[in-house]
Amino acid sequence: MMDGVSNPKALPLAALHAELGAKFVPFAGWSMPVQYGLGVMGEHNWTRAHAGLFDVSHMGQVLLPGDADAALEALVPVDVLGLAEGRQRYGFFTNDTGGVLDDLMIARAPDGLFLVVNAACRDADISHLRAHVEGVHVVTNRALLALQGPEAEAVLAALIPDAAAMRFMDSQRHGWAGAELWISRSGYTGEDGFEISLPEAAADAFARAVLADDRVEPIGLGARDSLRLEAGLPLYGQEMTPDISPVEAGQAWAIGKVRRDGGDRAGGFPGAEEILGHIANGAPRRRVGLRPEGRAPMRAGVEVFTSEDAHTPIGTVTSGGFGPSVGGPVALALIDAATPPDARLFGEVRGKRLAVTQTPLPFTPHDYNR
Amino acid sequence: MKFTEDHEWLVADGDVITVGITQHASEQLGDVVFVELPELETQVAKGDEIVVIESVKAASDITAPLDGEIVEVNEALVNKPALVNEDPTGDAWFFKIKVEDPTSIDDFLTEDEYKDHIGE
Repeated sequence: MMDGVSNPKALPLAALHAELGAKFVPFAGWSMPVQYGLGVMGEHNWTRAHAGLFDVSHMGQVLLPGDADAALEALVPVDVLGLAEGRQRYGFFTNDTGGVLDDLMIARAPDGLFLVVNAACRDADISHLRAHVEGVHVVTNRALLALQGPEAEAVLAALIPDAAAMRFMDSQRHGWAGAELWISRSGYTGEDGFEISLPEAAADAFARAVLADDRVEPIGLGARDSLRLEAGLPLYGQEMTPDISPVEAGQAWAIGKVRRDGGDRAGGFPGAEEILGHIANGAPRRRVGLRPEGRAPMRAGVEVFTSEDAHTPIGTVTSGGFGPSVGGPVALALIDAATPPDARLFGEVRGKRLAVTQTPLPFTPHDYNR
Repeated sequence: MKFTEDHEWLVADGDVITVGITQHASEQLGDVVFVELPELETQVAKGDEIVVIESVKAASDITAPLDGEIVEVNEALVNKPALVNEDPTGDAWFFKIKVEDPTSIDDFLTEDEYKDHIGE
């Protein structure tokens, strides 16, 4: 990882990003476009109103053979066996103490399982998979793009008409100009949209074809973060870590019924006792949305208190910033679960206790094509 | 107009100096979403962090360029932080500071020297 900071890898579409006026930052070992000409706020608002194209080729893509379901189920609390062909599920690798090693997408492809993992965890995930699953194939020659926003369907359907019929979390293979695209109807913005894995050799032509549509702008990592924050979506390393259980992170919904107490394949994943215990008996902490009452953003690390003079914090902001669609600051925090859900809380910013309201998530309603 | 190496601009009117941030600084910050101004009639020392600016990217400070007393602040920025991006060297001034020795402003960078400083 340190090597990555000093000498970050270039994305397959780096030249296109430079041509589009991207500013680059090192992220998880890659040189990533953080913003283009519209700026973070402009890109954020464009994605909520039209369609944004994100290059997320830094993420890890992995194929598992058709008989790997049971082996993968031993690593994730997800109902993998029950995943139908053409469908995708969200999940996470857990550790022995009930924390999370990474979160991932699991899709049922015609010939096995297709996984997408976080760039920062990619190498560790691959080692973890190889230690427990036979036939792990790391995909190294495909780019990954996301097209997100209310006009994403119309834009993609102009190139691939069959994509319009896909529902949220469908995962299908479609041809475009002789290339095979692995498309899922999902994303990380709270908007309708698609994530598209495609051969690197076809990526430049495909991205240009998408960008040729007036409804599309390129969107960088900056807006990707503010969009996911408003959508209440956890970021691995912030809301989910090896020390936070998925139940505390508000992600218990992803734990299949069949993997819970009383299910046919209950448990059998690392940390099952702790995680299922949190479901049965409650977790010590919970993830909440916070709306600061003033204008000052509260960023990760801000301590949260129950009063202006309380001595001990009851939690910490895990992600925070300005929500352009909300029109004010928003934050996610991990707090003591005993805190009353309607309690007004205080975040300490530059030595001042500023009032915050606990707010149901997401801050901005999801617009998935369910 | 004079400039500091910290990307502030200064304009003197008698012994009162108006302070803002440069176009270059506003572009580097990105969209500004929050501004906290100093209190009126406070005595500040050169180098004190007296303004907080938060953009969509990060928090940063403006420091007092000289010793003096804050005699006016631009409340419009509190309600409309985006002014900092729209008109950094005009409407988006931050504060006015009354100084002992107005000639001390002469020690700051000229526009050409500032352009050299930012590599333009």
